[in-house]
Amino acid sequence: MTQEKLGPPTAPAVAEPPRAWTRSHLLDVDDFAPAELEVVMQTTDAMKEVLGRDVPRVPALRGKTIVTLFYEASTRTRASFELAGKALGADVINISAGGSSVEKGESLIDTVRTLQAVGADVLVMRHWAAGAPYLVARHLQAAVINAGDGAHAHPTQALLDLYTIRNHLGDVRGRRVVIVGDIEHSRVARSNIWSLLAMGAEVIVCGPPTLLPAGLRSQKASRPTVEENGREAMALPPVQVETNLERALEGAEVVMTLRLQKERMQGGLLPSLREYATLYQLNEERMSRAQTGALVMHPGPMNEGIEISPGLASSLQSVIEEQVTNGVAVRMAVLYLIARGTKQ
Amino acid sequence: MTTLAIRGGRVIDPAKSVDTIADLLIADGHIAEVGPYAGKDASETINASGLVVCPGFVDIHAHLREPGLEHKETIASGTRAAARGGFTTVCAMPNTEPPIDSAGMIEFVLRTAQTQGAVRVLPIACITRGRVGKELADLAELAQVGAVAFTDDGAPVADAHLMRSALEYAGMLGVPVIDHCEDAVLSAGGVMHEGWVSTRLGLRGNPAAAEETIVARDIALAEATGSHVHIAHVSTAGSVSIIRQAKSRAVRVTAEVTPHHLTLTHEAIIDAGEAPGGLAYDTNAKVNPPLRTQFDAEACAEGLRDGTIDCIATDHAPHAIQDKLCEFDTAAFGISGLETALGLALTALSLQEAVRALTIGPVRALGLDARIEGLGTLSAGAPGDVVLVEPEAEWTVEPETFASKGKNTPLAGRTLHGGVAATIYDGRIVFDGR
Repeated sequence: MTQEKLGPPTAPAVAEPPRAWTRSHLLDVDDFAPAELEVVMQTTDAMKEVLGRDVPRVPALRGKTIVTLFYEASTRTRASFELAGKALGADVINISAGGSSVEKGESLIDTVRTLQAVGADVLVMRHWAAGAPYLVARHLQAAVINAGDGAHAHPTQALLDLYTIRNHLGDVRGRRVVIVGDIEHSRVARSNIWSLLAMGAEVIVCGPPTLLPAGLRSQKASRPTVEENGREAMALPPVQVETNLERALEGAEVVMTLRLQKERMQGGLLPSLREYATLYQLNEERMSRAQTGALVMHPGPMNEGIEISPGLASSLQSVIEEQVTNGVAVRMAVLYLIARGTKQ
Repeated sequence: MTTLAIRGGRVIDPAKSVDTIADLLIADGHIAEVGPYAGKDASETINASGLVVCPGFVDIHAHLREPGLEHKETIASGTRAAARGGFTTVCAMPNTEPPIDSAGMIEFVLRTAQTQGAVRVLPIACITRGRVGKELADLAELAQVGAVAFTDDGAPVADAHLMRSALEYAGMLGVPVIDHCEDAVLSAGGVMHEGWVSTRLGLRGNPAAAEETIVARDIALAEATGSHVHIAHVSTAGSVSIIRQAKSRAVRVTAEVTPHHLTLTHEAIIDAGEAPGGLAYDTNAKVNPPLRTQFDAEACAEGLRDGTIDCIATDHAPHAIQDKLCEFDTAAFGISGLETALGLALTALSLQEAVRALTIGPVRALGLDARIEGLGTLSAGAPGDVVLVEPEAEWTVEPETFASKGKNTPLAGRTLHGGVAATIYDGRIVFDGR
């Protein structure tokens, strides 16, 4: 391997992971304490510094093998994990469900056992089924990083969003963050809700009732399940629900809009793209209700002209490209924190 | 003549409101006598002191998987599981491959059960040809060769017109129609109960209303036709309430509830113990209808107590390991339930209530006593089917010890109260756990 030569000989070693970090997998951020989120943020700062060097490489994970296993299409997540792994000197192998033994009917468990047998230390996994990385983490020695599972979680997206917000606003405590769109089917929204609330932000989710998770459609709950046993409050942490975007945007400091899947119309959840854009498109006029200079975010890929106006997406308020850039540093931090603990 | 005496046990026979210490004599495969000093000179004697002696349990809803899915279960293994769970009569569901929709298929099940089964198997036939919900199967012929009910279980009869026809036609034959009540358009690929756990896990939910709308439809059709509809595996409080109202109008509706819907909730899917990430996504708790809330489970138990629900049925749905060791979305629906039924029933119900719900309750729900005199009772002349229960026994669920090929249960490691000490079918001991 040549990574060591490529890195400047005087490169300072990346700081030892602080004690707050004890995780061997990253499955979601739902149980992250603020101190752990701080660890990721600080480690990301260090990684950003590495990426700013002439030769943006350190040998921190030399000898480690990272496998990305994607059962769903992805551009930015996959590319940023690969870049992140390589920048840390790890060997990175990319496997897609199409073109692998998955197409021959191999089960998920058999596939990941094979990858472990050939020496994977870290498995970065994207899967269309919620919970798939949990199944894998339960049955394998290798560390598992969830790169998106169905409608459930996308922890590295939440971490890079938090990092991006903090870069602009500093402490997020008390900041009003609005997430707009298809919350029900969005793993990005779900993970962001957990991490933003853990850091003390105020979170408002906004969308038509048909695109809100069952537990948040409170105006529809006529069924007396409310006092189940108190645990139902754990479905999602306490967010405000607002179906009117204008009202939701009042005083917002961060507005995150989500990709609208066009299949939702066939599912009978929305009348038309036109009506959706009329009610929920984030545009310059609506943003005037938010605080001046409020951040505009989108996890991508965008449908410009549907959930976001093209002008706003490329405006000065937009940090959408920065989200992508920060994605590499955040994923370096996560890989570093996770892979350091794996067996040689 | 072989005779078997069971002496000194507490005999519970809900059909006759009997609950007393008595002796019981079985001769020639039939109950000969119950009372003090019965069978003093029997060729074989079981000392049942400290045990409860009751009619062999009857399960009107079990998936024995044969033919076609023998890797999940066979009639041989499924009936052994039944015996281990205290069941002496099992109604076999027709969603096999191919489905049981012809006289030849019914005869195959009966013949296989005769030669390989440990207990009695009563076959249930499809309502529709090929179980695809398009046209009626040859119901009269199926009834004639021994189908005790009709159902497309696993799927509802989506077409209301066809359901009405099925009820009218089966009504002529005096055979009940069992419906799996689920509006598949509304449940829309849901893999668990729609509620806080589905939201938490990001899994598609199957709302309670998807069951309740079809329960209401079927009751309206039973009322309109005067025929008997039996609602399979009731799982929601709303269904219980709809059935209760219908019974008060004397609609010919009966209903069953599974042991798991009485005792488990959707939280079984999320509760993880030591699992990484703290979320279990336990595919062994994936079942259709889904495990719902505590509110629903309690409503089902209340329905059973007040007679709204007639009986317990296991919906025993064995699967192979690979059917469950996979993504939650792709995992098969079902719980292997025959061997834990009694333990769960006793979690929710008193001993007397549980025995009724496992014996005369199911027999009367499907009218099985019209076919087999005395089934589900200990009357003289009834089948020599008896189960000895140890109500206080504490045991741990170990799926690997199941007689069923299906080890799929969310109860692994859980302690249950109430064990089967022995099962006697047709006058012979078919399971002895003493």
